[in-house]
Amino acid sequence: MSSPDLIKLIFGRLTLESLPLHEPIVVGTFAVVATGGLALFGALTYFRLWGYLWREWFTTVDHKRIGIMYMILGIVMLLRGFADAIMMRAQQAIAFGGSEGYLNAHHYDQIFTAHGVIMIFFVAMPLVTGLMNYVVPLQIGARDVSFPFLNNFSFWMTVGGAVLVMASLFIGEFARTGWLAYPPLSNIGYSPDVGVDYYIWGLQVAGVGTTLSGINLICTIVKLRAPGMTMMRMPVFTWTSLCTNVLIVASFPVLTVVLALLSLDRYVGTNFFTNDFGGSPMMYVNLIWIWGHPEVYILVLPAFGIFSEVTSTFSGKRLFGYTSMVYATVVITILSYLVWLHHFFTMGSGASVNSFFGITTMIISIPTGAKMFNWLFTMYRGRIRFELPMMWTLAFMFTFVIGGMTGVLLAVPPADFVLHNSLFLIAHFHNVIIGGVVFGAFAGIVYWFPKAFGFRLDPFWGRVSFWCWVTGFFFAFMPLYVLGLMGVTRRLRVFDDPSLQIWFIVAGFGAALIFVGIMAMLVQFAVSILRREQLRDVTGDPWNARTLEWATSSPPPDYNFAFTPVVHDNDAWWDMKRRGYQRPLTGFKPIHMPSNTGTGIILAGLATAMAFGLIWYMWWLAAVSFIALLVVAIGHTFNYHRDFDIPADQIVRTEDARTNLLAGAK
Amino acid sequence: MNTDTHAAAAAHHHPDQHAHGSLSTYLLGFILSVALTAVPFWLVMSGELGNKQVTALVIMGFAVVQIVVHMVYFLHMNTASENGWTMMALIFTIVMVVIALSGSLWVMHHLTTNMMPIHEMSGMK
Repeated sequence: MSSPDLIKLIFGRLTLESLPLHEPIVVGTFAVVATGGLALFGALTYFRLWGYLWREWFTTVDHKRIGIMYMILGIVMLLRGFADAIMMRAQQAIAFGGSEGYLNAHHYDQIFTAHGVIMIFFVAMPLVTGLMNYVVPLQIGARDVSFPFLNNFSFWMTVGGAVLVMASLFIGEFARTGWLAYPPLSNIGYSPDVGVDYYIWGLQVAGVGTTLSGINLICTIVKLRAPGMTMMRMPVFTWTSLCTNVLIVASFPVLTVVLALLSLDRYVGTNFFTNDFGGSPMMYVNLIWIWGHPEVYILVLPAFGIFSEVTSTFSGKRLFGYTSMVYATVVITILSYLVWLHHFFTMGSGASVNSFFGITTMIISIPTGAKMFNWLFTMYRGRIRFELPMMWTLAFMFTFVIGGMTGVLLAVPPADFVLHNSLFLIAHFHNVIIGGVVFGAFAGIVYWFPKAFGFRLDPFWGRVSFWCWVTGFFFAFMPLYVLGLMGVTRRLRVFDDPSLQIWFIVAGFGAALIFVGIMAMLVQFAVSILRREQLRDVTGDPWNARTLEWATSSPPPDYNFAFTPVVHDNDAWWDMKRRGYQRPLTGFKPIHMPSNTGTGIILAGLATAMAFGLIWYMWWLAAVSFIALLVVAIGHTFNYHRDFDIPADQIVRTEDARTNLLAGAK
Repeated sequence: MNTDTHAAAAAHHHPDQHAHGSLSTYLLGFILSVALTAVPFWLVMSGELGNKQVTALVIMGFAVVQIVVHMVYFLHMNTASENGWTMMALIFTIVMVVIALSGSLWVMHHLTTNMMPIHEMSGMK
């Protein structure tokens, strides 16, 4: 065998030319990331933290730690996704009057694709999943999720997908197709390079994690609720989490199948989505939106849950219209399945189909509006405390209503024919995703941070971040509504009409404000850690809140609750406080716990290696990793060291320490 | 995974109450599913029905019955198991599948009717 053949066998499509050395921006980014990465690696090695991280975090099956790791993943990826955003804003602000801007088309097209993919799959999803992971078991009085090992595996699969997307920045390229990779552009004929393959396998690997974590949380909510917590006594966040996970389990398989069919088109020459030989690219669009529309509700429903908890806590009142809130959530869950065609009204299905989907879309605004009124009525005559979570909630209500109204505008098919693929659409969905999901995640982070770490986040830097984010959002996206109405389409790299430039400059200014907001948030984390003694909360209930997660210590012990709480009413912890609940101080029994295991991270690493092999046509790597995947998975079934008991005297020590803290606090 | 479940279940004092089939029900399920697989094969190999479209529809009918057999005999689903949760999940799944399939067919049918150029339409049939 000649040497070029051998190299091709080993490295597949990967050659030195695949490395983007001709792109100075990418090389610069790589230098920064590599330096930072080396510094982090060196620091972890110097302080001998690898063993600690491996034992206590990477291999953990504790839902709380996995939840925290999801949040860290989401925030790290937010930085990457936002870097893409600000590059686009800068490009569009300067590419006027014959200027080409500073990004070539090849790079720019990757940036807008990566921005969408990262923000949805690796920012919004981890933040939402992380909050659900952390909070749901505590809210229902459970010790952990139903399948703790599976939870660890799901997390690492999500990380695997993120790693693949990040790798595409420096090894090869990412897709240049837009975030949903519509064929025929994403087919092998028009995208022969590795970009779309990175997209496919990144999402497939992460999708396994998302689906499994959905199953896990449904099971947890259905099976592990504390005694007395009937369905209609569940906290609203748990309800919205349940509905979200039902949506995940029902819709992600569709995404998996669509991407699998697309990979068959690309790898073995089938014709599902090609233009000829009986293929139909529009079938791809149809199928991917059957996943894609529920996906936006997957993201926003937990945010609705967070706002419900925050509103009732900081208004000092029971949530107004709990029952209607639950039914609104369930109705949205079902309806989210009946609207997908509104993403492609212009496809040409005709008046009857478009009217049906236009009407169903408008109907969704009814339960959503009901929720909005419920929050308003909860606040009405409440004793509102304007702490950070409540401020995010108010910003959400204001922002989201605007986004909802432009959404109803877009739901009118004739209007959509004018606005389809315009910047009006871009403004609309950023309006609902930032105003809904991102503000919701931030509200959740400041609300539950003291629960997770035992001290509050610094309010000053939180307010700086808040105002920069909110005003930055309006500066960044209101101009896009205007531009969209003037007919500017999305994903443009250069512009001819000089009168448009001012709007893009304003939008760029907004993005810069958001940048300050993100930085202020990072400063907030740092300052809060430094000032943790002043911000310390020993009560476990810093906000005088209402649900069960506040009944235990902050941070909660590994076992969450020494005794499983018994629930008698909605807002179980409020009810317990009202009835003068006394913490049990004696009679502790050993608690049965699952053991940590490294299998999850190993399996996910192998899956990622396999995906990398498939992307670069390194068939040996794909085959070896696949076999190793099977061997490790089967091997894990013979691991009988899966559980242990926390001895009673250790629980006594933990609980006594809390008793002392509580006594000291009084 | 299994121990995880039991660990969690034990911690919450949930009795382990899964319905387990007997040998005869497993055998019955096995025979039924073999038959439901063999008959479609025979239909295709022999071309007994003559018409391809009819054969395809009959096979899909068999597939649906096959799903039901698996659910009843191997997954032990009935209206009472898990306090009705499995039934609820089944109904939800059916609703979702019906929406996705019938919706796609409806959407794509209208698309073909409206958008396919005439000359390609004649080539398709």
